[in-house]
Amino acid sequence: MGKTIVEKILASHSERDVKAGDIVLAKVDFLMAQDGTAPLVIRNFENLGIDKVFDPEKIIFVIDHNSPSPNEGVSSLHKLIRDFAKKYRIEIYDIGEGICHILLPERGKVKPGNLILGADSHTPTYGALNCFASGVGSTDLAIALATGSLWFKVPETIKIEITGKIPFGIFGKDIALYMVKNLTSEGAIYKSVEIKGNVINEISMDERFTICNLTTEIGAKCGIMEFDEKTKEYLESKRIKDYEPVFPDKDAIYEKEIFLDISNLNPQVAKPHQVDNVCDIDEVEGIEINQGFIGTCTNGRLSDFEIVAKILKGKKIKKGVRLICSPGSREIYLECLKRGYIEILIESGACVTNPGCGPCVGTHQGIPSDGEVVISTANRNFKGRMGNPNAFIYLASPATVAASCIEGKITDPRKYL
Amino acid sequence: MILKGRSHKFGDNINTDYIISGKYKFKTLDMNELAKHLMEDIDPEFYKKVQKGDFIVAGKNFGCGSSREQAPLVIKYAGIPAVIAKSFARIFYRNGINNGLVLIETNTDEIENGDEIEIHLEEGKIINITKNKEISSSKIPKFLIEIIREGGVINYLKKYKNFKLEE
Repeated sequence: MGKTIVEKILASHSERDVKAGDIVLAKVDFLMAQDGTAPLVIRNFENLGIDKVFDPEKIIFVIDHNSPSPNEGVSSLHKLIRDFAKKYRIEIYDIGEGICHILLPERGKVKPGNLILGADSHTPTYGALNCFASGVGSTDLAIALATGSLWFKVPETIKIEITGKIPFGIFGKDIALYMVKNLTSEGAIYKSVEIKGNVINEISMDERFTICNLTTEIGAKCGIMEFDEKTKEYLESKRIKDYEPVFPDKDAIYEKEIFLDISNLNPQVAKPHQVDNVCDIDEVEGIEINQGFIGTCTNGRLSDFEIVAKILKGKKIKKGVRLICSPGSREIYLECLKRGYIEILIESGACVTNPGCGPCVGTHQGIPSDGEVVISTANRNFKGRMGNPNAFIYLASPATVAASCIEGKITDPRKYL
Repeated sequence: MILKGRSHKFGDNINTDYIISGKYKFKTLDMNELAKHLMEDIDPEFYKKVQKGDFIVAGKNFGCGSSREQAPLVIKYAGIPAVIAKSFARIFYRNGINNGLVLIETNTDEIENGDEIEIHLEEGKIINITKNKEISSSKIPKFLIEIIREGGVINYLKKYKNFKLEE
């Protein structure tokens, strides 16, 4: 019987034949926790009564969610993480280095065929590199940290085939939001999704990460793409050679197959307060905004800032509108500096922050006021997400956010491209 | 295991930001303190309404959103031993069971706010006492019931050393 990618990866990591529905104990290849989840990982690890981690080389702690610390409560949790990491010789990506889901692939920690767990819901982002990457809670991560393995129910797989000619002015984020609209926020709960099609082959690795990042918002356990020349080139640029790509069998059994043709797609926007509340841009064009935000694990990559700089070059952000830009990592920040993007952003009137999660999680660096409207490149627009339940968050591509900040209202970016 | 309690009804897609807002969770590991903010953004008075032993009853996709384990923990620390929903988001499901929270998947249309409910965990059966009606639910794998019985996966692993996946 044919196997899906996730069945093959869970089989190789549990050293047995598996099919969807089986419960297996599988070995992990890499673990990650961020400063919002690591403190509970540490507490649970200590409660287990085990005094060594399974392999300090295979875990990273990332301080990105509240980075640098905005108050003394957070500071003491950061200290807890740093002290634990020192004791067990675990590497930390500390303040200013960037966002976990951008850093792990960038620093070459992710390989095809891997089984990766992150104590963060957007861990499926790494699936763009043909691996099983799934988000878990702190207790599960603590168990994996101590034992090097965890139990999994082998998920059924939904195949999503994205096809058609990519229209002018349509980016990975528009495709991702369109996918969320079609699948809905519970369309893939407990499932693996395999995403393929000519569109995936044609887009960049950055855009592939954006799409896999949004599989979390359809409830998926993981979102996996197939290995191709672009994956190979990306890995070569990180000097990664020893890996084994995983392809699905031709007769693999899928729970269902979904076909999305994007030939006529318009820029997409998710309206408050649900990520699957997605519409074409013309439905929301003209809605006045108070703040724009460009960054996050969804859209804080170099190509995102490239398009933003192209749109903002020589232009000013509308008076009264605030634009916050957070490059996703130190490397991206430096490259943006070298290419002159940061200068363009600052001259346009944007506020550039350090690499990190910034205002996306609502703890600091740009909490909106009551009744304010924000347009953001993030992946969530839940009520209260940015720290105020009385604000309204729209989600869109970096191009749409940049164009909207120039006009002070939600704007179709195509006229600026 | 039989639990009896009163229902607090919520709708679909109750996400982890609603259960415990991100602005609180990063500040402290004190769950008793965090529990006071349970559901605050959608029902500011909720914590005060809850009595020990009450249940949360919800629609589809309960607990969607972040992986924050503070979400099931604050529910537990608020004195709520069980959540009954049409479906759960997957990370929340694991986090809940790992912390000894009883999670039941069933059609919750038959339950109204304030109904008295009885949960028979091993049998996968729910009785709506107020409406005098039995509702079937999907059965939980045996080893997960063991984890709940031990009060969470940490206690379970301390006792059994390994996961007993074979039924």
